[in-house]
Amino acid sequence: MQFDAANLTTILPEITILVTACLVLVVDLYLKEKNKDVNHKLSLFGLVIAVALTGVVGGGERVVFFDGNLVHDRISDLLKGSILIVSLFVFVYARSWLKDRNMLVGEFYVLGLFAVLGMLIMVSANSFLTIYLGLELQALCLYALVAFDRDSKKGAEAAMKYFVLGALGSGMLLYGISMIYGATGTIEFGQVAQAIAEKGLSNQVLVFGIVFLVIGIGFKFGAVPFHMWVPDIYEGAPTPAVLILGSAPKIAAFALAVRMLVDGLQNLHSDWHGMLLILAVLSMGLGNLVAIAQTNIKRMLAYSTISHVGFIFLGLLAGSNQGYASAMFYTIVYALMAAGAFGILLILSRKGFDVENLEDLKGLNDRDSWYAAMMAIVMFSMAGVPPTVGFMAKLLVLEAVIRIDLVWLALVAVIFSIIGAFYYLRVIKLIYFDRPMLNLPELVTTNGVRFAMTINGLALLMLGLFPTALLSLCQAAFV
Amino acid sequence: MGFEKFLFYVFAFITLWSSGMVVTRRNPVHAVLFLVLAFVTSAALWILLEAEFLGIVLVLVYVGAVMVLFLFVVMMLDVDMAILRANFTHYLPLGTFITVVMATEIFIVVGSENFGLVAFPAPEAVSMAVDNTRELGLSLYTIYIYPVEIASVILLVAIVAAIRLTLRQRPENKYVSPSNQVHVKRFDRVRLVKMASENSNFETPAKDTRLDDGVTK
Repeated sequence: MQFDAANLTTILPEITILVTACLVLVVDLYLKEKNKDVNHKLSLFGLVIAVALTGVVGGGERVVFFDGNLVHDRISDLLKGSILIVSLFVFVYARSWLKDRNMLVGEFYVLGLFAVLGMLIMVSANSFLTIYLGLELQALCLYALVAFDRDSKKGAEAAMKYFVLGALGSGMLLYGISMIYGATGTIEFGQVAQAIAEKGLSNQVLVFGIVFLVIGIGFKFGAVPFHMWVPDIYEGAPTPAVLILGSAPKIAAFALAVRMLVDGLQNLHSDWHGMLLILAVLSMGLGNLVAIAQTNIKRMLAYSTISHVGFIFLGLLAGSNQGYASAMFYTIVYALMAAGAFGILLILSRKGFDVENLEDLKGLNDRDSWYAAMMAIVMFSMAGVPPTVGFMAKLLVLEAVIRIDLVWLALVAVIFSIIGAFYYLRVIKLIYFDRPMLNLPELVTTNGVRFAMTINGLALLMLGLFPTALLSLCQAAFV
Repeated sequence: MGFEKFLFYVFAFITLWSSGMVVTRRNPVHAVLFLVLAFVTSAALWILLEAEFLGIVLVLVYVGAVMVLFLFVVMMLDVDMAILRANFTHYLPLGTFITVVMATEIFIVVGSENFGLVAFPAPEAVSMAVDNTRELGLSLYTIYIYPVEIASVILLVAIVAAIRLTLRQRPENKYVSPSNQVHVKRFDRVRLVKMASENSNFETPAKDTRLDDGVTK
């Protein structure tokens, strides 16, 4: 085999992230305690370059590289770009929290960047092997990030739970992959699809494998009934780690589902359709109902994640290009919303105090009306109130479901989303109509954080008013 | 074929038996040793399948390195097995039920009907000239170069994460930096202080006569 250096140009964003992470790892050694901000700047610089390179090498037709291990198409371009941009927000928000707690060390950025690298690899994977390795790279970084606060017992417990359940999920996924490999004799998605088309669809082993694949995907997404880890880990992990694992990895999980189920097993849609249907209904129901009972805002957001995963599955199970595009739109938008919501929690935290309970948000409007407005936009968007983008996302997903004549499912989704609106609006009520607690110190944030949060919040509004730009990109990805 | 089949059953039986022992032994050290046995017999099974390189690597890496470390950890940690086993009987019925159901299902699917010799005919024997290890290396570093590189990054992350989670300066730590020790100067440790004699009445002793004892007399 001749090695073609042109292979490398397509993975320039990945290479940039890898180089940045290694650079931070080495530079951090020689930095004095007071200069640790250099890590932060380096990481942001690397991410910006990676975004630019994604744009430069992006576009063009679908091409397969590295002997079928890597694919470059519009899905990978769009998802890579959104992962990198969401991660930019994440790193900007996390900085002051880490600094206040003497945790602004190089390892946070190294692990965060490697997690981003894992997601990028998953997004452009074209074989089960590559996607699994990307998944493990991302997961390993996230386990360590959850345990990042070494003196926190809760953090260690959360990391342990995450690790054990994550390993179980990976094991299920691997078992499913081995079944698919056994039935088709290949691990490359394109060839799997081809083998299925040739051999016929009634293979018992394939369906058996798909069951395990769907369980694995459910674990990684946090869909009911594989959701047990989500609330505990959101509650126990340090908030910056939750910010990292609650936002961009959802995009990667979407890529996991699309690459395996759509690229590889599209012909067996009738088999995985029903499984996703069950997961979707359970996730929307349990997520929205249990979130109402939460007083801890991190737990509430965890259950809200579960319910959003249900909506993403609605788009996927439709099995049409329109459905996949709407699910993709929903996922990207959700990652932005989650970044904004946890970003606000980080902004409200200060030295020696973490925002844990809903009450901590009381009277945010009196303390800082701009952040209050941004949080309100995020909450309205999560609830799906027009004109925010959350409404558009829900509308598109519901349209996809109605087009395949599952009107009852759309009705169920609407009912649960109305129930869910309650707890999002409760947050807005706390922000605007309750008095803040006495003797609170003033909110201090840097201009960078304010700038990022402004873009994040207004993006949710602008995408809601003018959804065509992002939507046409999503639709072009599935043609 | 006959003898190979016999060997297969012997090794397969030992693997299953020792795996069972791993989870039932009360003494964790015994459990680890049975795990070593399970690894060695699985390596033998791989060698029967003509995957000699993988078999040897399994013994070298898992038994030689990983399991020895594991044994150390198990010996160092003082795990109270009684606490771990407290709810064992409580969960046993449900656990057994689920295991039996899942095992049956897996057996139905992974049985000889779908994975028998009809669906997967035995591969033709390759000539002795083909070098398994060479072929493995060739495909690893050509076709699978991208996954190999990703795997190397995963290992790097494992190192970074392990160091981050465990390396720290504890107050009770008695560690002394060799570099600091080597670079110590005399002036860091010994300080010469000039001071006046404290006892002014101290009589200077008579001239020391020890040396010239016998001479003056």
